[in-house]
Amino acid sequence: MKMRNLMALALVACTTGAIAAWAAEDSQAFEKIERGRYLAVLGDCVGCHTAPGGKPFAGGAALETPFGALIGPNITPDVATGVGAWSEEDFRRAMHEGIGRDGARLYPAMPYPAYTKVTRDDVSAIWAYLRSLDPVRNEVQPNQLRFPFNVRRPATSTWDLINFQPGVFQPNPAKSDVWNRGAYLVEGLGHCGTCHTPKNITGGDRGSEALQGALLQDWYAPDLTEDPRTGIGSWSIEDIVRYLKTGANSYDIASGPMAEAVSNSTSKMTDADLLAIATYLKDRAPRSGRAVTALAAANPRMVAGQAIYEDRCAACHSHSGAGVPNLFPRLASAPLVQSADPTSLIRVVLIGNRAVATSAAPTAPAMPAFGWNLDDTEIADVLTYVRNTWGNAASAVQPEDVAKLRGRLSSR
Amino acid sequence: MARKLPATDVVIVGLGWTGSILAHELAGSGLNIVAIERGPWRDTATDFPPAYAQDELRYHIRHDLFLRPAQLTMTVRNGVNETALPMRSWGSFMPPNGVGGGGVHWNAETWRFLPSDFQMKTHLTERYGEKFLPADMTIQDWGVTYDELEPCYDRFEYLCGTSGKAGNIKGQIQAGGNPFEGARAREYPTPPQKQPYGPTLFAQAAKEMGYKPFPQPSGNLSQAYTNPLGVTLGPCTYCGFCEWFGCGNYSKASPQTTILPALVRQPNFEARTQCEVLKINLDNSGKRATGVTYVDTSGNEWEQPADLVLLCAFQLFNVHLLLISGIGKPYDPRANEGMIGRNYSYQVTSSVDAFFDNKIFNPFIASGAIGMCIDEFNGDNFDHGPHGFVGGGYMGAVQTNGRPLQTTRTPKGTPQWGLEWKEAVAKNYLTSYEAVTHGGCCSYRDAYCDLDPTYTDRFGRKLMRITFDFHENELKMSQYLTDRLAEVVQKMGPRQFEKRPRSGPYDSTVYQTTHTCGGAIMGTDPKSSALNRYLQSWDVSNLFVLGATAFPQNAGYNPTDTVGALAYWTADAITSQYLKNPGPLVHI
Repeated sequence: MKMRNLMALALVACTTGAIAAWAAEDSQAFEKIERGRYLAVLGDCVGCHTAPGGKPFAGGAALETPFGALIGPNITPDVATGVGAWSEEDFRRAMHEGIGRDGARLYPAMPYPAYTKVTRDDVSAIWAYLRSLDPVRNEVQPNQLRFPFNVRRPATSTWDLINFQPGVFQPNPAKSDVWNRGAYLVEGLGHCGTCHTPKNITGGDRGSEALQGALLQDWYAPDLTEDPRTGIGSWSIEDIVRYLKTGANSYDIASGPMAEAVSNSTSKMTDADLLAIATYLKDRAPRSGRAVTALAAANPRMVAGQAIYEDRCAACHSHSGAGVPNLFPRLASAPLVQSADPTSLIRVVLIGNRAVATSAAPTAPAMPAFGWNLDDTEIADVLTYVRNTWGNAASAVQPEDVAKLRGRLSSR
Repeated sequence: MARKLPATDVVIVGLGWTGSILAHELAGSGLNIVAIERGPWRDTATDFPPAYAQDELRYHIRHDLFLRPAQLTMTVRNGVNETALPMRSWGSFMPPNGVGGGGVHWNAETWRFLPSDFQMKTHLTERYGEKFLPADMTIQDWGVTYDELEPCYDRFEYLCGTSGKAGNIKGQIQAGGNPFEGARAREYPTPPQKQPYGPTLFAQAAKEMGYKPFPQPSGNLSQAYTNPLGVTLGPCTYCGFCEWFGCGNYSKASPQTTILPALVRQPNFEARTQCEVLKINLDNSGKRATGVTYVDTSGNEWEQPADLVLLCAFQLFNVHLLLISGIGKPYDPRANEGMIGRNYSYQVTSSVDAFFDNKIFNPFIASGAIGMCIDEFNGDNFDHGPHGFVGGGYMGAVQTNGRPLQTTRTPKGTPQWGLEWKEAVAKNYLTSYEAVTHGGCCSYRDAYCDLDPTYTDRFGRKLMRITFDFHENELKMSQYLTDRLAEVVQKMGPRQFEKRPRSGPYDSTVYQTTHTCGGAIMGTDPKSSALNRYLQSWDVSNLFVLGATAFPQNAGYNPTDTVGALAYWTADAITSQYLKNPGPLVHI
């Protein structure tokens, strides 16, 4: 605390303009700071701004993009390495317009296309909360993109012209307050589309396909539309709330990047906000359902896949593909299993995976790796079988897709 | 020279069942807890995944989950006048290693001891008179009753999700359960496992003979179960790789599948693995433990000061650490003095092999604790007056495995190798059956543990010496039980059967069970026990010693349910009594 006071004095000494700002800031504004803390949870700020094992908000988590890695910067109030020298207006501009304190545009790994919808009051509260943190000195080199993407982005950016629509969230008067709260969270602070919305060639959201599922960091973030086969059409509002709150429901358990989102963010949300998110998601139109026919059971790849499934998978996921709630994800009629892109499926078979643990569902079961004793064709066959059995229907998985992902994962 | 670490409230030696339970119970009270475990961290999916968990060579023959004798072993002899020699490969028992301890590799047979087992000396003396017991038999009462432990048994079974059928709920005998068991407050958390053909046939035969067969209580789960800590277990797949194996299907109760996921979320809990505790440190008075000294894999020695020391290692290592650390007085059988090392006991098992012509048993459809048992000949459930021995055991058809390398049952007279042997193995694999008895073991003046005068470990510490042999009482019991078992097996209609009662002398190279007991027993009087009824050391009041170390003698059951119940019993005593007023909980 003492250090921060000295810092404040230093700021005051430097610039008279800061005096007014400092005077307006109430460091005992408990209600505002507490609200900001919760809003930071809603935005999962800690996810990108905390290194594994590092101090919260001090920066360092890597976000892999198709253009190279971006590292979440230090957003503690450290003057030298964090946002200690920033003003609230600087912060608002970053959140709403994607422009940093130095006037350069932020990379859209910072989801300002979503955060622009956050109300000014909420941004102010988040800022008050961040100001209340202990400053941590931690130099982070945020930009590790490949040339030419590493070049400083000018204040006017083509990317933004194509992909960014500034503007605070406007409630839909035809919908309920709960729905509007949900929309505000999903489209704004929750920035669900950052992972779940397909991207165009520049990495921007394909707005017309919002939340229809997308690939990032070698995970496929599944379709969140009402599609009954690949989306959450079969999930009730209660199923969604339970999934977000505990990480598990009778269908699935969160894993991969979603495990982190549950751990940092959704498991800490209020029941009212979870209900709002679920209400909004359930009210969205399904993606145009393309009819898909399951491969015939007699198909040679299905026959080979079934044999592998019975040997390696049935012990946990059961012969009927029913799984065990809270323990082994269900494969029968499972949206993720039937998703257009099988990357997540290939990934967990190749290198295994651990599901999230929350206090309400602490089990954290894991899937063992099979990449060391199943070859690419065997993995493709067993996944093809799983994607086309027990009422599932989806494209066959190709051995080449397995080989490519195996190469990418092993080169990490 | 050990470097001193910042003090903690509680240090736990060993992170198996008892260490995990105590850590979880005490973490709830807000104390800072450090658990020190000699072996590695072990995790269900990554350490024994279904892709290779069923590897008999790796686990059953090469002992992958167990301590390596080169790291630490013990010496063994049959009698006080012999020279003990070190065990250089495990035989008679399997000392566990790593997080989860024996709870990883057990078969998950989850038995409660009989009410009379806890008052064995008093009960037998009252029924048969003082003179019925051999002069050198040193059996004792436990200082705790079944009724006191009942809620603790209940907690452990509901932690594990134990599958079974109650035989006695609040005094009401239940059809299909064990009518001899002590009264339990409620039914098992999950129903019994489905029974294979062999146990079904055994139960039919036993029933026709007037016995009351019941499914063995099992920690291999009959269905998915979420325990009171919110941790979920899956249904058993009857793969038959339980004993000596970790379960990759999350379906065998272990610390990993029941308690560690909740424990590791506690911010005041820390585990240090691959760290071997060298001794418990005492202050100058010798009446108070100040912590422990341990060594890491780099050979660095660390002193971990703590206010409370919980000795939660495997029974043998608990006794060894007490002896090494100079806590209490070592037992001397000649003078019959000293409490540490006294009343060592083991287990007495036997079997009947039966060979059938036309019955297919499919032994590979198995789980560690699946089977049908009878309890008519356990404890004091029958009149021992005419037989000249005390004690007993349960018996039954427990279909634990059909493992390909070692399930090679052949009738007597078959060559032990070559074509004829191979043909006999192939012929009998599906059609033979082994029924078993699982008998208790009394304690005796000449069965004990002390420090070996000759052999030392790599730190120069004396190895622990076990002096043990079977006594006439146990051999008579085994003969009697095996005969009764053979009668039931005969009723099953085999072509031929072979009785294999336990015979002496004790052979430390032949595996029976890992159920070694005693050495620092609980009781009501420091003159005849090392620990009071709360498993608190009489000598050092901030030291509690968990596990089967405390059994004054062994009952005719697998010990884990009782070990788990005693852990909850001790945890309750610490949280409800000791923490409010640290010091001896029993005053004499």
